[in-house]
Amino acid sequence: MKMTGAQMVVNTLEKNGVKVVFGYPGAANCPIIDKLSFSPIKHILTRNEQGAAHMASGYARVTKTAGVCTATSGPGATNLITGIATAYMDSVPMVVLTGQVGLPLVGKDAFQEVDITGATLPFTKHSYLVNDGLDIPRIVNEAFHIANTGRPGPVLIDFPMDLLKQEFDYPETDEEVSIKGYKLLGKASEPQIKKVAEAIRTAQRPMILAGGGVVISDAVDEFRAFVKNTGIPVMSTMMGVGVMEATDRDYYGMLGSHGSRAANALVNKADLLIVMGSRLGDRTTAHAGRALEHKCRLIHIDIDPAEIGKNIQPAIPVVGDIADVISQLGPMLSDYNVSEDWDKEAQDMKERFAQRLVSENTGTVNPKYFLKCLSKKLDSNAYVATEVGQNQIWTTNYYDFKSPRNFITSGGFGTMGYGLPAAIGASVAQTELPVISIMGDGSFQMNLPEMGTMCQWGIPVKMVVFKNNRLGMVHEHQFMLYNANYQAVYLDGSPDFNKLADAYGIKNAYITENSQIDKAIDEMMKDKESYLLVLDVDPYETTGDALNEKPMTVKEDN
Amino acid sequence: MERYTLSVLVENRAGVLSRVVGLFSRRGFNIESLSVGPTQDTKISRITIEVFGDELLLEQISKQLSKLIDVIKIKTLRSAEIVKRGLVLVKVKVTPKTRSEVMEITNVFRANIVDISTSTLVIELTGGNGKLNAFLEMIEPYGIEEIAKTGMTALERGTNTLKLDK
Repeated sequence: MKMTGAQMVVNTLEKNGVKVVFGYPGAANCPIIDKLSFSPIKHILTRNEQGAAHMASGYARVTKTAGVCTATSGPGATNLITGIATAYMDSVPMVVLTGQVGLPLVGKDAFQEVDITGATLPFTKHSYLVNDGLDIPRIVNEAFHIANTGRPGPVLIDFPMDLLKQEFDYPETDEEVSIKGYKLLGKASEPQIKKVAEAIRTAQRPMILAGGGVVISDAVDEFRAFVKNTGIPVMSTMMGVGVMEATDRDYYGMLGSHGSRAANALVNKADLLIVMGSRLGDRTTAHAGRALEHKCRLIHIDIDPAEIGKNIQPAIPVVGDIADVISQLGPMLSDYNVSEDWDKEAQDMKERFAQRLVSENTGTVNPKYFLKCLSKKLDSNAYVATEVGQNQIWTTNYYDFKSPRNFITSGGFGTMGYGLPAAIGASVAQTELPVISIMGDGSFQMNLPEMGTMCQWGIPVKMVVFKNNRLGMVHEHQFMLYNANYQAVYLDGSPDFNKLADAYGIKNAYITENSQIDKAIDEMMKDKESYLLVLDVDPYETTGDALNEKPMTVKEDN
Repeated sequence: MERYTLSVLVENRAGVLSRVVGLFSRRGFNIESLSVGPTQDTKISRITIEVFGDELLLEQISKQLSKLIDVIKIKTLRSAEIVKRGLVLVKVKVTPKTRSEVMEITNVFRANIVDISTSTLVIELTGGNGKLNAFLEMIEPYGIEEIAKTGMTALERGTNTLKLDK
């Protein structure tokens, strides 16, 4: 059967179960936009291509399968870049469809031409520049296979627009994907897992560090059962937040910069650290100095062999899918229980560092207390997306997540402007749970026009903005490291966010005291529409409580 | 620090070399030498890369290369078990007086003279790093006008091959 390249793209998207494409049109991807209009696949117009990429990412994190976004050639494609890199760093499956100038013009610096496969090489799992229309179905199928399997990640396909418009013989039967250089991992090595079991048995003070790999592997239930049986204390990376319920007795919080004091203190006492599905990034290991100086044995379990030994050389490496590894390791330790002494020491540590949150009225809303109230009110039954900055760390540490998929944040890349579009993506992905976007007044303004996307497509997102008229985290950074020389952190010139919400026709409220929190949350959650809640917060509220943080005492004089 | 030789089979497609080379530069690995060419299967190319480093670096390089979808197979070739050759073309200044001396050195190294003019000779030589460098050192005093040198390429000795899994 004859059909155009663009029709082949859309047909293959349908075959791969795609329901939604987030995008922005231009001449080069218009053939795809055109054919999408005849397909059950919904195209959601965003306000910037970056928003489309982040929405696809938020969508993927909820649905566990690749989100799809599209943009035109040149500036459309380069606007996607931040979103692609964000997805890459957090191993989020994504298929990116870019239009390209026609093949005869490629390399001629044509209007809106950019080498987007070249530009995105360092942060895509793979990419294609299509140079034969007949390859389109195979390439699209391969892209989904690569994006979704193994360690997931973004795959970009660049389509020269002449190929999208030309007609080709459409191969009726799709061949099964077979890529010589891409083979899926087999079962993890049993002898290695036996070594892990042995190391755990002989350790005095074992600890587990759970990363995003546990979530991606869909091994949360198995993981929790393993922890329940063994009693080994658990901490998580940012991508692993929610792997344990925040209030679980054996969970000690996030490790690393702005992590919990208990986790950062305990890791330095451990004699065995079992790392599951984490790449041991510099933020995670920031305060784990002693543990990493080989005073403690390291077991590193990851699906990506290149992560093992990249940052820290482990004593026992295990290459494998976390679900598979736990299913083998669990039975080997069915009679094992962590020592009472270590358990007590860990529990005492948690007790010692337990924090009292400010709940009385102080003239501003305490963001930490607000997040605690929010998770209580909702019983944690919501998707919560954050931006990057203090709002992200506060949410990580004070919102009591029950499930890791409910937490949507840019962990590895630290992308401001991620949260709002990612929340929109999460809201498109499902309608069962409310989606809350936690933001600062800085990050909110990065992709604020996406409120238009919410309104146009009736996508409900509950927006919470912590307003301190500052880039709070940089402000704190300048306090600690630049002698409180506060520069380029004031957000004077910001609009009245409530009036802005009015302009979009979004209901909104503004509160300034802790005593208003309860009612404000009730009001925000009352119906299924979008909502904006602006909270006045103290600019001197500290970010977290990791070991080296101190309260800000110097008040600015300018 | 040691010199390692990696033999990498890749899809013979546009952009594959830039993926491989880009990976080295962005991860801070140094390439000592590089050579690329098609294999008996024209869909597959072989890239031979020499790197300086230790075993840990070598392992990380191999693992990162393996993640590239277009990389089909990688093997570290240990120097005792391989033949490794590079090619150098060198243009040397000669006078009627020195020409025969240079030709004598060329003979000792079993190199070939491939071009001759009144004042220059172009000599080709294949061999391992040691031989090529020794030759260039001998020729240097006569005045080297230009050098064109390839990266090393290598094969395993005996019946071992870098076969693809069927």
